Amino acid sequence: MRNLKLTTWIGFFLFPILVHSQITFPVNGVADPREGYFAFTNATIVKDAQTTLKNATLIIYKGKIVSAGTNIIVPKEAVVVNCSGKFIYPSLIDIYSDYGIAIPQRQQGGGGGFFGPQQFLSNTKGAYGWNQAIRSEVNGASLFVSDEAKAKPLRDIGFGSVLTHQKDGIARGTGTFVALAGKKENLVIIKEKASANYSFSKGISTQSYPSSIMGSVALLRQTYLDAQWYKSKPAGEGVNMSLQAWIDNQNLPQIFESGDKWSDIRADRVGDEFGVQYIIKGGGDEYQRINDIAATKAPYILSLNFPQAPEVEDPNDARFVSLEDMKNWELAPTNPAAFEKANIPFCLTAADLKDLKQFWTNLHKAIEYGLSENKAFEALTKTPAMLLGVYDKVGSIDEGKLANFLITNGPLFGEKTTILQNWVQGDEYDVKQDAWINIAGTYNLTLNNAGGTSSGYTLEIKNASEANVIGKDTLKGKLNYDGNLIKLSFPLTATKKTEGGKGGKAEGPVIRLSGVNNGALWQGTGSDTSGNAVSWTATLIKSNETTDSVQKKKPLQLGKIVYPFGAYGSEEIAKQENLLIKNATVWTNEKEGRLENTDVLVKGGKIVQVGKNLADASAKTIDGTGKFLTPGIIDEHSHIAAFSINEGAQSVTSEVRIQDNLNPEDINIYRCLSGGVTSSHILHGSANTIGGQTQLIKLRWGVDDEGLKFKGAAPFIKFALGENVKRTALPMGNSRFPDTRMGVEEVLMDAFTRASDYQKKIKEAEENNKKKGATPTVVRRDLELDALVEIMNKKRFITCHSYVQPEIIYTMRVAEKFGFKVNTFTHILEGYKVADKMKAHGANASTFSDWWAYKLEVQDAIPQNATIMQRVGLNVCINSDDAEMARRLNQEAAKSVKYGGMSEDDAFKMVTLNPAKALHVDDKVGSIKVGKDADLVLWSNNPLSIYAKALYTIVDGTIYFDWEKDKEMRKQIAEERNRLVKKIISEGKSATGGGPARPSMHVLLTCGDHDHKRGLLETESGDETNSGN
Amino acid sequence: MKQAILLFLFILNSAILLAQDDVYPAKEYKGLLFIKNGTIHIGNGQVIENGTIQVNNGKIEKVGTDIAIPADDVKVIDAKGKQVYPGLILTSTQLGLKEIGGNAVRGSNDYNELGDYNPNIRSIVAYNADSKIIGTLRANGILLADTYPQGGLLPGSSSVVQLDAWNYEDAAYKMDIAIHFNMPELMNRPRGFFGRPATGDPVKEGLDKIEEVKNFFRQAKAYLQEGLHTETNLKFEAVRGLFERKQKFFVHCDIVRQMLLAIDFAKEFGFDVVLVGASESYRIADLLKKNNISVILGQEHSLPTLADDDVDQPYKTPFMLKQAGVSFALNDEDESTRYRNLAFNAGTAVAYGLTKEEALAAITLNAAKILGIDDRTGSIEAGKDANIVISEGDILDMRTSIITAAFIQGRQVSLENKQTQLYQRYKYKYSLK
Repeated sequence: MRNLKLTTWIGFFLFPILVHSQITFPVNGVADPREGYFAFTNATIVKDAQTTLKNATLIIYKGKIVSAGTNIIVPKEAVVVNCSGKFIYPSLIDIYSDYGIAIPQRQQGGGGGFFGPQQFLSNTKGAYGWNQAIRSEVNGASLFVSDEAKAKPLRDIGFGSVLTHQKDGIARGTGTFVALAGKKENLVIIKEKASANYSFSKGISTQSYPSSIMGSVALLRQTYLDAQWYKSKPAGEGVNMSLQAWIDNQNLPQIFESGDKWSDIRADRVGDEFGVQYIIKGGGDEYQRINDIAATKAPYILSLNFPQAPEVEDPNDARFVSLEDMKNWELAPTNPAAFEKANIPFCLTAADLKDLKQFWTNLHKAIEYGLSENKAFEALTKTPAMLLGVYDKVGSIDEGKLANFLITNGPLFGEKTTILQNWVQGDEYDVKQDAWINIAGTYNLTLNNAGGTSSGYTLEIKNASEANVIGKDTLKGKLNYDGNLIKLSFPLTATKKTEGGKGGKAEGPVIRLSGVNNGALWQGTGSDTSGNAVSWTATLIKSNETTDSVQKKKPLQLGKIVYPFGAYGSEEIAKQENLLIKNATVWTNEKEGRLENTDVLVKGGKIVQVGKNLADASAKTIDGTGKFLTPGIIDEHSHIAAFSINEGAQSVTSEVRIQDNLNPEDINIYRCLSGGVTSSHILHGSANTIGGQTQLIKLRWGVDDEGLKFKGAAPFIKFALGENVKRTALPMGNSRFPDTRMGVEEVLMDAFTRASDYQKKIKEAEENNKKKGATPTVVRRDLELDALVEIMNKKRFITCHSYVQPEIIYTMRVAEKFGFKVNTFTHILEGYKVADKMKAHGANASTFSDWWAYKLEVQDAIPQNATIMQRVGLNVCINSDDAEMARRLNQEAAKSVKYGGMSEDDAFKMVTLNPAKALHVDDKVGSIKVGKDADLVLWSNNPLSIYAKALYTIVDGTIYFDWEKDKEMRKQIAEERNRLVKKIISEGKSATGGGPARPSMHVLLTCGDHDHKRGLLETESGDETNSGN
Repeated sequence: MKQAILLFLFILNSAILLAQDDVYPAKEYKGLLFIKNGTIHIGNGQVIENGTIQVNNGKIEKVGTDIAIPADDVKVIDAKGKQVYPGLILTSTQLGLKEIGGNAVRGSNDYNELGDYNPNIRSIVAYNADSKIIGTLRANGILLADTYPQGGLLPGSSSVVQLDAWNYEDAAYKMDIAIHFNMPELMNRPRGFFGRPATGDPVKEGLDKIEEVKNFFRQAKAYLQEGLHTETNLKFEAVRGLFERKQKFFVHCDIVRQMLLAIDFAKEFGFDVVLVGASESYRIADLLKKNNISVILGQEHSLPTLADDDVDQPYKTPFMLKQAGVSFALNDEDESTRYRNLAFNAGTAVAYGLTKEEALAAITLNAAKILGIDDRTGSIEAGKDANIVISEGDILDMRTSIITAAFIQGRQVSLENKQTQLYQRYKYKYSLK
């Protein structure tokens, strides 16, 4: 353990700021070239995760590794460092850093805030692209500035090199790979352009677009297309340095910061579309859907920033903390282990940690939660190096690589191990020098005073700050040891209360010593209790070996992963079954009408038989006696199950797609199931005239986003008219065209005129490009216009938010001019005024039962609207546009019985068969008919009655809501909450960090159309800021 | 007489096609009125099959099965096969103060005054008896409403209005029945956007504000007890009724901490405290019962607070209060449908535990008790105003809730409104019957 040579060179290196002169740089003074030739002997060298050499030697020269092995002759010219008892590891690598690169500040104005002005184009000056969040031209290397204050804490936790980039924008330009050495930038950049970085967040861009997740996806997709097109040097575009940089950056490793598990998948899909495999910086919750994550086939970068537990000591605080948050607190440390188990390649990063000191604590926690040490080591060395293509330079202790390595006093992942030194590019950086020598042990301490008398003590050193001095008594001493200098003081007699001293804390006279550790011999001077000078020596008799005896931790007691992750989730997602519903009153919605005492047999997710006295041994029987079986409710207008709803930054955003941001874990899916809903049409909001592409989903609780989609359904798009799209309610006024209904009509005319021209251009180009010898024409593919072309070609259908009669009429006329129909008018509260015209046009209507007077344009709304439209001959639906009301759509339909005298059968069709027709899925759903999907509800009462409750809600023959199981789940939720609250309380501040209680807020997404009743924990979503309100 | 009624109804019907603004408040009805053969839901839980109600000069004189109807010129309404209910009472609303819902049109907003301390603000003076919303409520059986101001900590007093009037003075049924208090939120919400300050502890700030409000009342109490002041303080004067228990103290709050602090006001000042909103009241129902605190529940048709909550929590909250013996009323605050679904909020409570008569009481007699007007209305009992609704069927279920007649103080009020007129207009357009 002793290294006698240590102090001879240690002072030398206490000033590691060597003159790293660069060849081209003039020297002010006398040149001081140094070779940096070192030999580290007698070490345990862990070259990589597979290779550990005992009693080995490492030779470095001029910042590189010359050799590492067991039979190496130490060159004479090398400074020898005896590493007996020490371990040498390659320094760690973090490829998700912004070390040395500042985030630019947001400028005033723009779409930054709700009350800020709208900004339609980038305000980046220069020959760059149109969108401020596409910053592909940013070159990390040119922004990079060495920053010792930031480098040191990273080195102290073991990092030797990092990939750093500017963490701002959707396209973030290139990252640069640098060593954490305190040298001039020129010398620490290992690879100038080492990555291209991306995210879904527009960062400090003040431009209004994009204002939603789906807008970010659309912008990325369009930019890929634009870059492709830009390669053809299109004349109209001029020089676009953003697109050029985008193209140039494509051959680099592509890193995408996502934010959560669904974003990982979303990013991967964008990559798949354009042949790019991103390295994904995950959000930390991937363990909740690890199979979906594995399917991305992407390598990941994982943060060790585990969430702190919410404050739950006070039951009134605990009340507002969700099970999801508590479960995530408990299980987030299993995230790296889940990746390892699923064989997904990953690196670890210190990014996101509020305090870098948490790095090792959390890494040990991850290991305790199942991550293997070997994998952790690779995730910090080889894997990141391989991903960046720099494994020839860093990531292991091998000849020719940079001399980036750690010297530790034990195995790297031992809980008591200390990193002593971190060598970067051949320079030594001390981390914890005082731990190099284990000074714990027993010493003979001799004091000599001026008179020549000496007194002896036994000195017992426990660690660098504690010591006992044993003479007559055992005296508690104060020690301060920094690896070289020693300070020791102790009283002559055991601590006792001094006379007159009140607290008894005042110390008696002490002997104070100061000296230097010269290896096993310590010596120095001091003063005795009377203040007389003394000299002293201490010689080691016996050293205490530290043993890394890690306490056997209690086995982990962890909750289960459930789907969805949170309340009402199950370990197993519900499965399709064969079902026989016996003896119910069946509302077929077919010509048979209502059938009493009838059985319905379901197999393979389909209705296979409707009749009396059916039997099937394979089927689970549900007694329907006294109950009512109906087709599942279809909500034509919903905003549940999505992460964003409005891309309101432009008047035409047909390029955005709800499918890009489905949230399959929205509790409102389950709540809707409890109200008998089986399908919901998730619409873009009404912030703009031509909104985004919609997504019809089936409420399959527990599945992933892809699983939610109603397969084979016709694609739709949301349009909107009136007050919202002219932004009547914006407090800061409107500067986005249009501001009147006149303008709205022209937005439609303009969009479809552009789409027609676009379609023509594409056709012409196709014909031209077929000709031999013709110069090929490249038409810029435009995602916005693609969707409009689909509409004109009747491949995509419109559902159009609309209120007052003129806008309804002119929208039909615009459509007719371009040869298509408005498939559905939604809201359509003045539909009753122009029902005849709608009938002539061939539109469906989807309305509210009794909403009105929530803004000026709905003052003429009447609850008889549905009845009149239906009687004029329209296909009429009643929709919710509201997560709460969606659970009572049957009752909403019944209001037409009350207000308009509609028959009960017709009323119920307005929430089942009619929306199926409007959505072009009536061949699959909407009625109880052999061959259709088994999307069924068993009600306790007449389904139009307010007293009716859904007992079972079945989608594709799978029971997703079962009232008995629901009761059980409530109990489980209460138990699980109770368990977690107890656990958090028992872990105390270490779990919560002692911060104030924070309720679990829930982002409420709405179309921005009307005032929704807000719950206590509901908050506005950020992307609503540009909506029509 | 029957012919007279038919003629009356005929005139009413044909008038509809003429113009839009022809829905008139009914004239005072002097003399006897009988509603016979109906299933009478008294409002207190009792149901009389095939009963008769005798009304004289607007007051209920008798209710029973053995009431003789004189052959004189009296008004007789045959409610055979129909359900007869007390007029429904909307317990807390911005009706008449906000013509356009949400916050969509600033010009139509007269419910939210500036300043934190406005106990002297009176909603009644801004109540617009010509609001087009009112007629749609009458048509759903809602005949009385307590309209309250919002904004600040002490936004003012609410007044009960009857929903068939020419102006607010005619409409006033009982004025300034309650002083309202918007209790600060006491929840640590994420801050720094939507106008919220980015720093500070909202819980502490809320508690400080509550203490300020208490100080206001301490000073008001002192002011009201001494007669020496030379300057009149309108704000203190406005809360005199609270100390005399002639006014109620309506505390708008939701979470347990707030509700417990609301009880403080009953303890310290002796106020008659009513919780309004109180979505979490089911969590301390026993304490509310113990302290004799009444509750006006907020919108029952709303989502549970937390994903973890029972999916039907707001629906079953009334039943949970009932089980604990708490006095409560139901309400309809829906800004999109404009308060017309009061009966269906009660209907939902039946689906989730209450009996139909209990749910009815929560929008009639209990509501009247909580508003302090049960001496005059809330049930079909002798001595009370003849505020009565007749429905084709169960008023709590939209399938059958078709109102055929309504009486306020014995006056048969029009069930027509802007919406029924537009309906007629377009039935005419399309030649629909």
